[in-house]
Amino acid sequence: MNEYTYPVIFGITIGTLARLYMLKTDYRQYPTYPHGKVINVALGFIAASLGTVAVPSFMEENFTAVTFLALAASQFREVRNMERNTLSELDQYELVPRGKTYIEGIAIVFEGRNYLVIFASFISTLLYLAFNIWAGILGAIGALLLAKSLMSGKQLKHIVNIKKAELSFDGPGLYVDNIYIMNIGLPERQKEILKYGMGFILEPKDFNVRATIGHLGQRQAILHDASVSLGVFRDSGTPALVPLIKRDLDDGRIGVFILPQVQDVAKAIAVIERVPVLENAFRLPTESDANQKGSELD
Amino acid sequence: MNLEKYILAVITTSCENIKGGAPTFCCENEDEAQKVAADLEAILDGISHRLANGMYIIVKH
Repeated sequence: MNEYTYPVIFGITIGTLARLYMLKTDYRQYPTYPHGKVINVALGFIAASLGTVAVPSFMEENFTAVTFLALAASQFREVRNMERNTLSELDQYELVPRGKTYIEGIAIVFEGRNYLVIFASFISTLLYLAFNIWAGILGAIGALLLAKSLMSGKQLKHIVNIKKAELSFDGPGLYVDNIYIMNIGLPERQKEILKYGMGFILEPKDFNVRATIGHLGQRQAILHDASVSLGVFRDSGTPALVPLIKRDLDDGRIGVFILPQVQDVAKAIAVIERVPVLENAFRLPTESDANQKGSELD
Repeated sequence: MNLEKYILAVITTSCENIKGGAPTFCCENEDEAQKVAADLEAILDGISHRLANGMYIIVKH
């Protein structure tokens, strides 16, 4: 036991608690119960230890300790690779795949959360050692609040207006409102689609959003989330019954065609509203110098 | 081997319009063409699309 024992235990506890707080199993079924959780909590514990022990090392003027943080960074990049590889492999077996953009988003989140754990442990240990345990607790609360604000990304409802739209056939062409979706040749399939299908129109709220919702990865994420939450009327070997999203090239609206097992419009809209805006798909064309100096975009 | 975006089969009632390429199934009438297209859709794991001239093609996407 020495002067650093309690601050180090405190820092590791705070970091591990922060990881537990950020660990949520939701409709995406990730991390899976229970072993996926164990992996993430264990890595969180390691991250917390690294963040914590850096402080006493600095105080003892042992500056080589910073190399451990560099080591930690490369380890957590490895975590990201691991998540990406696992999810990409599993994606082949999904009836409606997540898509690479969504997978990369999840992998980034896992890497990022480990850094937040290091930060929380570092701050709380530093404040404990510099002042007292109460300052450490305050620092931990601050770090958790910061983690919470960083965790809550945008959802689709913030950037688009969602409306229900009618499905219709013009010959073999399937339309959602006036947006062409695909060619369905067999009358039998057409009947199934009219019976089980549902159409929605997502209208961008401003110019920036057009690029974001037009992104193929973002579109795939919408289809995946809707299919997971509402069920999907399809099986392997029925490619005609695959949910699809197409764009209206004139105004950037997108037409969503899904085949849910739960035929509840309000619920479907609620699900689509809560689809995360993927950070890899997010675009801000109005921020470009060329657009600001030129004519204004609507 | 996995073929994608490829016409796997053509089902038609007017065989004289087809010249080579994909396997072609000549049918007596529209009813038969629909049934054959439905069967091939299931077997080939493709989507059966109808062209403007009433011909069905099975395409793997």
